[in-house]
Amino acid sequence: MSALEPTTPSASKRAGWAWRPFALTAPALLLLVAVLGYPLLTIVLRSLSEPQWGAQNYVWFFGTPVNLTVLQRTFVISAWVTAVCVICAYPYAYLMTAVGPRVRLALVLCVLIPFWVSGVVRTLSWVILLQDSGVINSLLRSAGFDGVRLIRTQTGVVIGMAQVLLPFMILPLYSVMRGIDLRLMRAAQSLGARPLRAFFTVYLPLSLPGVYAGAIIVFILALGFYITPALLGGPRSTMLSTLVQTQVLSLLQWGRGGAMGVVLLVTTFVLLALAAPVMRSRHREAGRR
Amino acid sequence: MNQRPENRGAAIDLDTVSKAYGSFKALDAVSLHIKPGEFMTLLGPSGSGKTTTLNVIAGFTDATSGELLVGGKSVVGVPAHKRNIGVVFQHYALFPHMTVGRNVAYPLALRGVTGAERERRVRQALDMVKMADFAHRYPSELSGGQQQRVALARAIVFDPPLLLMDEPLGALDKKLREWLQLEIKRIHRELGTTFVYVTHDQEEALVLSDRIAVFNRGGIEQIGTGRELYDEPATLFVGKFIGDSTVLRGQAATSGDETALAISGQTVVTDKRLANGGRPVMLLRPEKLALAPRGAADAGRNRLAGRVGEAIYLGSGSKYEVVLADGSKAIVRSTLEAQSFAIGDEVDLLFAGRDVKLLADDDKADLTLT
Repeated sequence: MSALEPTTPSASKRAGWAWRPFALTAPALLLLVAVLGYPLLTIVLRSLSEPQWGAQNYVWFFGTPVNLTVLQRTFVISAWVTAVCVICAYPYAYLMTAVGPRVRLALVLCVLIPFWVSGVVRTLSWVILLQDSGVINSLLRSAGFDGVRLIRTQTGVVIGMAQVLLPFMILPLYSVMRGIDLRLMRAAQSLGARPLRAFFTVYLPLSLPGVYAGAIIVFILALGFYITPALLGGPRSTMLSTLVQTQVLSLLQWGRGGAMGVVLLVTTFVLLALAAPVMRSRHREAGRR
Repeated sequence: MNQRPENRGAAIDLDTVSKAYGSFKALDAVSLHIKPGEFMTLLGPSGSGKTTTLNVIAGFTDATSGELLVGGKSVVGVPAHKRNIGVVFQHYALFPHMTVGRNVAYPLALRGVTGAERERRVRQALDMVKMADFAHRYPSELSGGQQQRVALARAIVFDPPLLLMDEPLGALDKKLREWLQLEIKRIHRELGTTFVYVTHDQEEALVLSDRIAVFNRGGIEQIGTGRELYDEPATLFVGKFIGDSTVLRGQAATSGDETALAISGQTVVTDKRLANGGRPVMLLRPEKLALAPRGAADAGRNRLAGRVGEAIYLGSGSKYEVVLADGSKAIVRSTLEAQSFAIGDEVDLLFAGRDVKLLADDDKADLTLT
């Protein structure tokens, strides 16, 4: 802004303009309040008021060892799913930046087509693949190996969930990697960095924002997964969503189910708050100043 | 930076280096010797092979054939990261996630230089480019000129015997470019390192270089000092690329040691002849041409009729574009004392036969400067 600019009228004008973005987002905000805010508030209230007012549902939750085991397992499985997604998505997204437009389109379609198939159908196809008499085990046995138990194990759940969630990791990673100037790698090499060193000191740090963005989305979505763990998992790989379902739909314990949801939400917030300082990249903030 | 400047640079020898992309020859048997500590500029239009040559020296591109020596040792097949050559890029190529200080420390860290020694050398390099106060900033907080100075510091901090610069000032505005040209000259003097500088800007080449190699279509047209290239261009391409020039084409006739050109019914003569055949053309520098009102000129000089097409006042003198009878254009620079002309004036273009450069015609020399 120039110093010559008359400040008072333009400032008041800006104040008027400042409300326009909010006016434009009003439909979205209303929808959020209606379908997210209100139900969330209801759940918190019910967790504290059913069957009577008090913290009895939370006392029950933390007093029942199996709940804590399942809560912990939910986070462990989500962490595994996130790790598997990072490992699979990173080279894939890199490949998307390295190829020509036609191959890239094919790669994007490979990511998106399974995405358009219903989650239940995809999970059921994993049942076919993973079950004891399924495709993988038949192949292993015909090759002379012992079969492995995949269905109704934690491994099976992680495989199925990672496949469903992979696009959420690939797409943010790709959008960040696309913006990385590959000429920086050439500069690093001219300064004496062998290619692997150049990757770890230049490319990887610059791609981390994409890893973080994808990891947060995948991790949070994984925490609330219901269908895939229910169909691919067994009693020893139950996740919290299954317990909530049991409490609410089978036992009609809305209070307990609500308490579980609130615990999951709060724990997630705490973990994200702990991770935030690591994910903050100073150079990006510097650029915005 | 502890050694004496005199013996710090490496000699570069390219011996019949070629680079082909399929059937396209980006470099066609280029040979070039660069002396230790020399400031050599590779000058040419885009696509002429100058950047390919730089990339071959840096190790970013492998030559298809030929030999390349740096400091007397062959580096053919040596990967870029083992060549110990500093490179400055047109797009700066600073690492955006590192501060200025860490950017400059990067090549030192790779070489195992640590602690106080690393800090001292980073500071020394930043001092040299006058950026020491910016060590804790991020590249995104700097202007283009500041970023390029940091990139320069990063490329010299590890004492490479050779520094390559690929159009480093191409993205900067004119004033900044002129100032940085002087800075680069000073740094070259202080370091004594061999500099190889790529540009398409002939003025920049003249300001900076000890010698200039003029590239065209994958080959070198001429190597020489700026003065040699301007005064004695070996080819029509060089004559047209370096400085302003007027090219006269016509029906040629040679008798004895003289060459005459008939241009639209008028004849001009020079006391020179083309040594090795070809269709002769005359090349004239703007300051060797004079203008006089039509018919008023003295005899004994070559004279061509024309009309002033453009008159530009330059402060130190004037520049005219004169359209000749055959439609070709001549560029004339006159001093303040000379008579001035207006657009549309009928004039005579005058020059002495000895000021003519007689060159072989070459249709490849017609460049469209971009």
